[in-house]
Amino acid sequence: MRTSPAYRVFRVVAIVLIVVAMLLPIIWMVMSSFKTNIDIFDTAKTIFFAPTLANYTTVLAQANYLKFVWNSFLVAFAATALSLLLGVPAAYSMSRFSMNKSALVVLMARVIPGVSLLVPWYYVFSNLRMVGGYGVLILSHMFVSLPLIVYIMMGFFDGLPTELEESGEVDGLTPLGAFWHLTLPLSTPGVATAGVLSFIFSWNNFMFALVLAGANTKTLPVAIFDFVGYASIDWGGLMAASSVVTLPIMVIALFAQKYVVSGLTAGATKG
Amino acid sequence: MNEQVTRPADRTTLGIKPTPGWARWVNEHRKWVLAAPAMIFVAALIVFPLVWTMYLSLTDAEGSVRADKEFIGLGNYLKVLSDTERFWPAVGRTALFTVVVLTFEMIFGMVIALLLRRSFKGERLVRLAILMPLVATPVAVGMMWRLIFDPNIGLANAALALVKIPPQPWLAGQYTALPTTMLIDIWQWTPMVALILLAGLTSLSDEPDEAAQIDGASTWQRFWHVTLPLLMPTVIVALLLRGIDALKTFDILYATKGKGGGSYHEVETLNVYAYGLSFDYNEYGVSSTVLILFFLIIIGCMWALAGRGKK
Repeated sequence: MRTSPAYRVFRVVAIVLIVVAMLLPIIWMVMSSFKTNIDIFDTAKTIFFAPTLANYTTVLAQANYLKFVWNSFLVAFAATALSLLLGVPAAYSMSRFSMNKSALVVLMARVIPGVSLLVPWYYVFSNLRMVGGYGVLILSHMFVSLPLIVYIMMGFFDGLPTELEESGEVDGLTPLGAFWHLTLPLSTPGVATAGVLSFIFSWNNFMFALVLAGANTKTLPVAIFDFVGYASIDWGGLMAASSVVTLPIMVIALFAQKYVVSGLTAGATKG
Repeated sequence: MNEQVTRPADRTTLGIKPTPGWARWVNEHRKWVLAAPAMIFVAALIVFPLVWTMYLSLTDAEGSVRADKEFIGLGNYLKVLSDTERFWPAVGRTALFTVVVLTFEMIFGMVIALLLRRSFKGERLVRLAILMPLVATPVAVGMMWRLIFDPNIGLANAALALVKIPPQPWLAGQYTALPTTMLIDIWQWTPMVALILLAGLTSLSDEPDEAAQIDGASTWQRFWHVTLPLLMPTVIVALLLRGIDALKTFDILYATKGKGGGSYHEVETLNVYAYGLSFDYNEYGVSSTVLILFFLIIIGCMWALAGRGKK
């Protein structure tokens, strides 16, 4: 491909600008989380300031955030594990038997506005005395995870040749045996992709926990939202809390970049 | 015993145990055995609530979910559809928000995808950088931009001061709040479009493009007449995925402006309006009506887009 020198310079400049635009707000948030509230107000200390961990000690020790970190982790992990358990076999079946209509039912969950489900859920689960518990949070987050996992895994199984399963059946495996012994071990990249994405989406979910969580079971996004409820905003604390929720996901993205990208772009090239 | 006799010889030589009867039934019906649990889970959590929401939309339910309610037919629908104070402005904001963010996200996303198409040094790091906004927690993103857009201490007005532009109210202004939330949405979701389009571009063959170049087509002509038509299926996928989520945007709006989309309802989209009716004001009947109408709008938009995609 021939490109002119002018284009090459333009391209480098443009890419640098894009990277700055994407990262600057996040860097700003993290920097502010290490500033005292006085320094945040001081324009002279925009870049050079004496970093402090005070905001983190406030948030983690006093505001009970360690508990909320644990809640977020527990709910995201359980919702992902259970959704994989239900979703991977379903996606396999839907892919192998071309059950497009059935797949559409599961994918509807991605289209429906969450609020329209929350009122009935709230009614039912409060009658079952489940509102405020972990169970209902995990169930509601599965509602986000499961369609995502089915969508990603269907694409994955569509791309996996059936020959191996067929030869396994010739060698005496039952169809389910072939799925279990041959297909599943080959599906680790797909399962990793689906699992990582599901964890991220559940970790980031706000609305379901906003309604269904109790004071002791609330997840990080809800805890952050409640942080600004009253009077003047403690900006340093708020930025520390926001960094606490965002950084684990960024670390995951750092180490599982390949899986995150392939999950997010699943279905992009099928049409 | 009879079963074992009919087994093929190689099964026993392979050391595989004979299949019991129930396992054979499971294997024969594996299509539904595998698919049913997930489908039942989703259906249970969708079908009942959807029917319930439809029912509530025909009643005057309010206050407590358990309170007595009366069937009032299409009363709520008449009320909502003639409501020019909250409902129609919310429809307008939802449409405006969706169209504006989708337009910018598609254009910027396409530019980024084209810039990153050919590999270069540091490609992995650049891709990692654009992944960051996308995976960041939306509520935290909202809070982060609240600080940046703070009229007094925010980075945004400090940056404007450098180029001698007067400070803006951003999220605090009645007319600037909605465009500001659009900026936040564009920042967070342009990378999503870029990554999807990049995946599409990578899967395209170089040959048509090179042929057009040899025929003397300009860069723009090659993009418009060669690359874009080939990429169209991927563009439709990106539009559908982003479109659905943009219509339903909630987290950043609620995190930046709170209940009712601010004191003038300046960022109150249909989703924020419906959430407020349900959980801030407990107007279940009206909120169900809004939700049913909202759902119909989403389905309509998807149907129109998917229909265009098939052509």
